[in-house]
Amino acid sequence: MSSAAPGAAELEAAHRSGRLEWPVERLTAKALDIRRDIVTLLSKSQTGHSGGPLSCADFGTALFFHELNIDPANPRWPERDYWHFSIGHVTPVIYSLMAERGYFPLRDLMKFRTFEGHAQGHPSAHDTPGIEVSAGSLGQGLSVCNGVAMGARIDHHPRRIYCVMGDGEQQEGQIWEAAMFAAHYRLDHLCGIIDYNHKQIDGDVEDIMGVKPLADKWRSFNWNVIECDGHDIPGILRSFAAARAHGGRPSVIIADTVMGRGVSYMADDYRWHGKPPKPDQAETALQELGTSYAEWSARLLAH
Amino acid sequence: MTATITLPEKVEMKKTREGFGRALVALGEQDPRIVVLVGDLSESTMVHFFAEKFPERFIQVGVAEQNMCGIAAGLAAMGKIPFFSTYGAFASCRAADQIRVTVAYTNLNVKIAGAHGGISVGPDGATHQAMEEISIIRSIPNMSMIVPCDYWETYKATLAAAKHVGPVYIRFGREDVPVVTGEHTPFAFGRGEVFAEGRDLTLIACGVMVYEALRARETLATLGISARVVDLHTVKPIDRELIARSARETGAIVTAEEHQVNGGLGGAVAEVVVQQSPVPMELVAVQDRFGQSGKPAELMDAFGLRAKDIVVAAQKVMERKRARG
Ligand SMILES: Cc1ncc(C[n+]2csc(CCOP(=O)(O)OP(=O)(O)O)c2C)c(N)n1
Repeated sequence: MSSAAPGAAELEAAHRSGRLEWPVERLTAKALDIRRDIVTLLSKSQTGHSGGPLSCADFGTALFFHELNIDPANPRWPERDYWHFSIGHVTPVIYSLMAERGYFPLRDLMKFRTFEGHAQGHPSAHDTPGIEVSAGSLGQGLSVCNGVAMGARIDHHPRRIYCVMGDGEQQEGQIWEAAMFAAHYRLDHLCGIIDYNHKQIDGDVEDIMGVKPLADKWRSFNWNVIECDGHDIPGILRSFAAARAHGGRPSVIIADTVMGRGVSYMADDYRWHGKPPKPDQAETALQELGTSYAEWSARLLAH
Repeated sequence: MTATITLPEKVEMKKTREGFGRALVALGEQDPRIVVLVGDLSESTMVHFFAEKFPERFIQVGVAEQNMCGIAAGLAAMGKIPFFSTYGAFASCRAADQIRVTVAYTNLNVKIAGAHGGISVGPDGATHQAMEEISIIRSIPNMSMIVPCDYWETYKATLAAAKHVGPVYIRFGREDVPVVTGEHTPFAFGRGEVFAEGRDLTLIACGVMVYEALRARETLATLGISARVVDLHTVKPIDRELIARSARETGAIVTAEEHQVNGGLGGAVAEVVVQQSPVPMELVAVQDRFGQSGKPAELMDAFGLRAKDIVVAAQKVMERKRARG
């Protein structure tokens, strides 16, 4: 049922290049696995966020299984690209991507948010290998990425830097301080990705504190703005390529997404921002995703 | 006045944050100057009750705590009584500079509601378990701070904060916690409350640790130790008179708080004790470490914030008291 894990030869090549560059079909299959992981781990934990993780699943998969130059077996590989989720609350998708890519065993997902597990409610550099800087207080991540990007420049290092942000998170002032900085220093090896799912905790972003026109805001801050459908994998890959090709300015991919995407009763409903599905709801969701809790939890626990 | 609280075996459980949310509605009815602001956490901080009732005096700011603090300052400068609410981690740390310079230095009448204080926040983990607010807030001149122990005390603290002229920070938690006080239990801003009398030592607590202290007192009684329990809800301005008197009368003190040990309630009490009436002290608190994910109860156990931990501290402090003669 699941898409095949990377074969040995492929992993070896990936270690050299560090990029998997998977084709669209494989990415599509893996994104489905990621959604199954998210629902399963949330059903087990009965605490954590559903909506944002599901909206990030497609571009997250494209990032981890196509774009990033990383070696999960060696998280501090000096040649690595740097990735950072400034929206720390989307740990279900972060940990699923990490585990599926090989940073740690899949079974660790079943200990999400528990006292025994390393998978903290919000990403902890102290606990989880591969998390380089802790997060969970919104608005701080792009500044961190600016620092990583400046460090790479000082070292003449070819590292690329990817920062995932939320749309509600755009309301934090620090985002715009960081946006100004990156453009000022022409950090063209920096790529922001905004999960534009139009929802946040209390409701629709435009009702809570409107961020429109979002693309124009970033353009006026002198960024290269790329807009795409955040669930269309070919379009996401084209966006990553366009960001990579653009010189002289930082790029931001505004990925138009649907909160809770992939689970019918969660889709586009802000009330799923921060809660997990109950076990029976999770079963329904997993059936929609072509599996069951029994099957998918067994898969996770077997690895 | 002594309230004398004896706990039944099974205590009613209720959220402190609900006491805050309900009190805001009562305040809104009494006083048109009350304005409530929130940073995309209406239900978590329970200001949604107020929002439903007084939409014209409710301001949604979005995820922007520094901005929210400044807006509250401007409202206060124009004679309103603004309450701004978010998680304690972001209220006390993200907006710390805005609180210090704009609010406190000007001495504006801003009320800050920090929800989700303490390790008992649970599975969200360290980022959301605010445990530094007492140290941060009480070090800023002009600031007052209340750490209520249960639903009713949070309700009263919220009313008292509105009545007090000047900036006040109220800290409360996420979980259902034992209701130890009642609607008519005395509460006065700036004054500690003796919840149970005792001769041998004094347990001084705030927040949910007041309940743990009352339970510890029961255990200590079986060990032949008579403990006074003081609910020190107002951490600043601190009740110097009650602390000094308790030190003199009982000769030993244990403090208990769901907060970092550095600069918290224990530190605040110690500052008074060393200057006015030095006696042996023990501090039950989080020992200079970040929290982690887990169930609230298992974290309270793991971080040593239980009645049994207060009992151990009490025994230690009694030994030192005896050694002094
Ligand atoms: C500084 C800060 N303020 C508030 C919060 C609480 N919080 C967590 S997620 C969130 C909403 C974020 O909205 P968005 O970026 O759109 O994420 P999504 O709802 O799409 O997951 C808020 C307010 C926080 N984590 N950090």
